[in-house]
Amino acid sequence: MRLLRIVPDDTKFDFMRFRRISFPVSALLSIAAIALYFFHGLNFGIDFVGGTLMEVQTKAGLADLGKMRATIAGLKLGDFQLQQFGAPDDVLIRISEQPGGDEAQQVAVQKVRSALGDDVDYRRVEVVGPSVSNELLAYGTIGLMLAILAILIYLWFRFEWQFALGAMIANVHDIVLTVGFMSLTHIDFDLTSIAALLTILGYSLNDTVVIYDRIREMLRRYKRMPMPELLNASVNATLSRSIVTHVTVAMSLLALLLFGGQAIHSFTATMMFGVVLVGTYTSVFIASPILIYLGVGSGRLGGPEEPEAPSLAPTQTPAPASRSTPGQRARARR
Amino acid sequence: MLFFTRWKAAAILLTALAVCLCAVPNFFPEHMVKTWPSWAQRHVVLGLDLQGGSHLLLEVDSGAVRKEQLQSIDDDVLRVLRQARVPFTGRAIRGNAVEVHITRDTDIDNALGKLRELAQPVGGFAGTTGQRTIDVTQNGSVITLTPTDATVTERVRQAVDQSIQIIERRVNEIGLVEPTIQREGADRILVQVPGLQDPTHLKELLGKTAKLDFRMVDLSMTPEQAAQAHPSDSEILDGEKGDKYLIEKRVLVSGADLVDAQPGFDQRTSEPIVSFRFNSSGARKFAEATQANVGKPFAIVLDNKVISAPVIREPILGGSGQISGSFTVQSANDLAILLRAGALPAPLTIIEERTVGPGLGQDSINAGEHAAYAGAALVIVFMFVTYGLFGLFANIAVAINVAMIFGVLSLLSATLTLPGIAGIVLTVGIAVDSNVLIYERIREEVRHGRSAINAIDAGFTRALATILDSNITTFIAAAVLFYIGTGPVRGFAVTLGIGIITTLFTAFTLTRLIVAYWVRLWRPKVVPI
Repeated sequence: MRLLRIVPDDTKFDFMRFRRISFPVSALLSIAAIALYFFHGLNFGIDFVGGTLMEVQTKAGLADLGKMRATIAGLKLGDFQLQQFGAPDDVLIRISEQPGGDEAQQVAVQKVRSALGDDVDYRRVEVVGPSVSNELLAYGTIGLMLAILAILIYLWFRFEWQFALGAMIANVHDIVLTVGFMSLTHIDFDLTSIAALLTILGYSLNDTVVIYDRIREMLRRYKRMPMPELLNASVNATLSRSIVTHVTVAMSLLALLLFGGQAIHSFTATMMFGVVLVGTYTSVFIASPILIYLGVGSGRLGGPEEPEAPSLAPTQTPAPASRSTPGQRARARR
Repeated sequence: MLFFTRWKAAAILLTALAVCLCAVPNFFPEHMVKTWPSWAQRHVVLGLDLQGGSHLLLEVDSGAVRKEQLQSIDDDVLRVLRQARVPFTGRAIRGNAVEVHITRDTDIDNALGKLRELAQPVGGFAGTTGQRTIDVTQNGSVITLTPTDATVTERVRQAVDQSIQIIERRVNEIGLVEPTIQREGADRILVQVPGLQDPTHLKELLGKTAKLDFRMVDLSMTPEQAAQAHPSDSEILDGEKGDKYLIEKRVLVSGADLVDAQPGFDQRTSEPIVSFRFNSSGARKFAEATQANVGKPFAIVLDNKVISAPVIREPILGGSGQISGSFTVQSANDLAILLRAGALPAPLTIIEERTVGPGLGQDSINAGEHAAYAGAALVIVFMFVTYGLFGLFANIAVAINVAMIFGVLSLLSATLTLPGIAGIVLTVGIAVDSNVLIYERIREEVRHGRSAINAIDAGFTRALATILDSNITTFIAAAVLFYIGTGPVRGFAVTLGIGIITTLFTAFTLTRLIVAYWVRLWRPKVVPI
């Protein structure tokens, strides 16, 4: 049986050359994303701004949005939105936070319940008071930062600070772009969005670490190879794995997107963007070439010929016994 | 890398089998599982978003707890100074403290000594912190009593504990199935009731403090006059129909002395009523009070509202009576429940509510299942097309991986939520990735000219280091999510975290074991990937 090879063996794409394009493009996109965040804003769900969300299903056929809108407008509860949600008889009602603290929210729900009466089934009712919503937003933000910090420290231990810094820049880039995407599409930003952002963080790192792992291995083995060439070789060597993995992840996400239902739709859409589109791009075009600028492997070529330095060609040279890191070698040379 | 001793292989297989077996109770109906020994009963619990139900987060009003505490210190000051016959003026609650002005300078030391006795070690005599319940300070002729932060925290904690007991009783009284009631943080209580679609009634019951007092109506002036005169021993309270009453602050008998309350109907008017019975001390107090006040009206006050203010026609000596107000059958029933369950130590506020109807829950389960099947089918076919026989090995390993996730979830009796299912689907992606990493590395080693067995060995060795690194970073993200997340997000973190651990286990042992046995049996010359 002939097996599928999405990526042919021994590719030799010059990924590093693209850094002259990818860096400015990413910088521009990041600025655009930040601008979007500040001027277009995020569609914060009730988890973070408080308020009420009700999903109702009309018992008698199609939902009459106009009539429902009039009914709720009559209650004078301030801003509210009605939206068809999935099926034609399914309506999502969002009511903004009521002034007057936690109890006022409960009063509002009661009013809506009695106004809509028995014509509808209440599939979901969520009420978040102001004391909870502020906390959730604070915890969410703190959590995201803590996660980045914890991962950074781990990478710093496992690799070198340049790698940790490179991974962090790549991560922040991913998060910023994804937040920009969420602002642009006006997807609900709620607790599950924080979960999505953290998963994107994990996945993107996962990818970056796989390539960094290879770069570290190559650095140990080919001591005289120029950095851009070495990075290219590393990215090319892991290319097939990157593509196959992302195809499978994309398949899982596609299944969730198509069949997972409305409740996790915004979660999967965000993941699709963050993991499949941005995460892959970042690890190849940002996380790897940035190592050149961060000075990984610099000064290797100026040094004396090292005894175990093998030929430049990536053939079946056994790994050298030396486990010294570039940093240690740089120090030894001084 | 490809050599396993027989013992090691057996240990790996047994571990995987045992963990997978833990998932078995999930596949049997609940009534069957209940007949099994208790250690075999552990199974995955469906979250409220999947099985439907209500989630209410309540906050104990710590302001009210503090206020009540100050009130009781205030009462104590009055009692202590009167007993010591120390004249004083300007006794008042100011901010977080009680202040009292001692009239004669010669009394100050005496008063200070007596008031210091009010301060007790925090946590009773067993308290080891050396902290006292009240700080007593003196400034000229003014003595200030401030409850310490430790006491306030302790009081709030007690209030939460008491509230939980009372909520349990109230929830059980209205016959809800398997409610979970637990403390959240310092001053919050989480109530989860599976299957409850409309929590309106429950919220009404939980929103009432149900503090019941029997007090005398103050007839010395009308409520209108009192609004101007501000009498110190009485207060103006609202009635049921917007009318106003002037009620004495002194409590004749409180609801704490009730032993039973039942809804019923008045024999003459056949209106709904609540009949009650006092304990012996309550009955004695009630008898004394009614004997002394025949012909005068007394008031039944619930949560600072006058339910009714009947005139005492004759002394009530039997220790039982009935409350008739403008009740409906439902409200009489509710009041009886509330009185039986007891009063909350402080008001509760609902700060978060999430209710999912059974329809949506079932839809979500179906959606999750469909997504899981579709995702699995796509991935299985893709892996087989890409890696052939090794793809099949990967599929077996991933299937065992998923079974193990369910096993661990069952072992922990964890709650499976919709985001939790998303976590499992994503874990499948990660688990597949670990296999991809290994196989791609083997392909590479083959290209570099290694022999089949050599390439497989080297592929495993090198890929596993990468797998460890990449999974630990994802695990860190999951751990952070678990600590900061609540409810649904936590569910996601749990399945993702468990999934990473089982993925590492299967990648490091099972996949290797399968390939090792295949190599031993077939002695391949070429790697078929």
